[in-house]
Amino acid sequence: MRQSLRGIWVIAYRELLRFSRERSRLASTLGMPIIFMVVFSEGLKRQIGALAVGVDFVKFMYPGIIAMSVFINAIFSGLSVVWDREIGFLKEVLVSPLNRSGVVLGKALGASVIALFQALVMLALAPLFGVPLSLRIVLELIPIVIVLAFSLAGFGLLIGSRMRSQQGFQVLVQMVVFPLTFLAGVFFPVNNVPRWMEIVSKLNPLTYGVDAIRRIFLVGEISAASRNSGHSIIGVTVFGHTTTTIEDVALVGLLGAALLIGAIFSFNRHT
Amino acid sequence: MNHEQKTPSVSETVISTAGLARNFGHTQAVKGISFSVAEGEVFGFLGPNGAGKTTTISMLCTLLAPSAGEATVAGFDIRSKRTEVRRSIGLVFQDPTLDEYLTAIQNLRFHAYAYGVPKRVRDERIHELLNLMELWDRRNSSVREFSGGMKRRLEIARGLLHHPRILFLDEPTLGLDPQTRHRIWKYVLDLRRRESLTIFLTTHYMDEAENCDRIAIIDEGEIVALDRPELLKNSLGGDVVTIRVENGEGAVAELFARYELSASIEGDGVCFKLPGAEEFLPGLMRSFSCEILGVTIRRPTLDDVFLSLTGHSIRDDRPATGQQLRRYLNTPGMKSQLN
Repeated sequence: MRQSLRGIWVIAYRELLRFSRERSRLASTLGMPIIFMVVFSEGLKRQIGALAVGVDFVKFMYPGIIAMSVFINAIFSGLSVVWDREIGFLKEVLVSPLNRSGVVLGKALGASVIALFQALVMLALAPLFGVPLSLRIVLELIPIVIVLAFSLAGFGLLIGSRMRSQQGFQVLVQMVVFPLTFLAGVFFPVNNVPRWMEIVSKLNPLTYGVDAIRRIFLVGEISAASRNSGHSIIGVTVFGHTTTTIEDVALVGLLGAALLIGAIFSFNRHT
Repeated sequence: MNHEQKTPSVSETVISTAGLARNFGHTQAVKGISFSVAEGEVFGFLGPNGAGKTTTISMLCTLLAPSAGEATVAGFDIRSKRTEVRRSIGLVFQDPTLDEYLTAIQNLRFHAYAYGVPKRVRDERIHELLNLMELWDRRNSSVREFSGGMKRRLEIARGLLHHPRILFLDEPTLGLDPQTRHRIWKYVLDLRRRESLTIFLTTHYMDEAENCDRIAIIDEGEIVALDRPELLKNSLGGDVVTIRVENGEGAVAELFARYELSASIEGDGVCFKLPGAEEFLPGLMRSFSCEILGVTIRRPTLDDVFLSLTGHSIRDDRPATGQQLRRYLNTPGMKSQLN
């Protein structure tokens, strides 16, 4: 047990040290969501009217971008394993007395802290995009980001434990992670899209993660009437039932726990 | 060939193996080897690439599960007490395993945290080892900026940070220039004196094997000889002496009659083997009836030992087991028994 805990913090410590020393990664982590925000919101603001009373496109997309950057950061914990394997550092870890589950959870923790850091930077920029902030939003966002980040890190690490090359991992991210992210309702409400896309989106676990974050920002702004219309821009409506925040987070969290256990198992087996 | 041990009885055994074997698919990389290493020894595994050296080290360090056989390291079984084994050993791999984006001292701190080195010991130990390896001035530089020799020294420092009982060095000087190799050896031998450390190393350099207290010569997964380097060399019958004389046949006859040496004529010289040729030759030259025109003495090298035992030279190139191993480890779905 003590060995696991040490593993978690030692590995997380190194992830953060690495992150802080790689300026390009720091820059891209912060730059990418901001570029998305500026380009999409400025570009589409005039084309797309209010999505609901009082909710323009920028307000709608902003929480989606936070969710997206959390996903990407968390998934990249898997890339860090592949990277460690390539440079040989993974051997230093594997021959140490740290146990494997501690290593996996440490990677997930490191990625979650980085994801949270990025979410908070985005949050600090909210006034620039005209998104109102409150203490409630900040306090609700932190635990939800942590749950989402751990869950997605589980996915990233499960893949990373089996992948041998960074290129392979990058291809997988482009083929699987980006499409899933785009179909998760980051840029449009999933309750009001063509039928096929609605089905894919609602089967996509990321959709519930995006929704959980979006609810924090928009729940007060949307009238009860439009929430019950079946085409609400918050909540994911499945078989007539519109999910709540708790349901969203529980779904992603449970799946994430299963993925993390799978990652630990896979890590034991393949390294 | 007799592999039985002449382990010094005064000290404790820190590594012992019995029938240790490892297969990769149908290839037998290590074919059931048995040996033991005493505390404080510098024990070398000498053999060509692909002989099974890295595979053996990987098994002893718990990175690879044996296919058969038993082994204990620092008194712990390598299968059932992996964590204890890992805690007792330091390991320097053939390929670098440093995080190049971190500084030297950050790499060492990570290691100290991972091995739970207590805080009060940690900083002093890091200082001591970086000084010893002459890297203290570069402690805050990124490892990326280090030369190959500096990285290797840093890895040796890291391997020693947690006061291991045994330091494993897999080809510690591979790819380094002769001057750096010499320095690395100076550090290693220094360390042994200072830390009463057992050192297990693999090499395919003959001259390096000479620095070991005992060496096991390994070829195609089997130990073909195991002894002190000078005894191995003496086992070939001693120094090879060639004398040049007018009358070769007369010299051969006289050598046999007076000293019972069986000599042979090779080219324009007469060739024979005997231990301690330097002491023997002055007497021979004084009293030999033929005039001696020239003398050469050649000491047998470990390469000669290897050649006489295996029929081929150690420099013959074959695929390295390290590479086989890496290919194997890269196969998805491989069942490893690591924990």
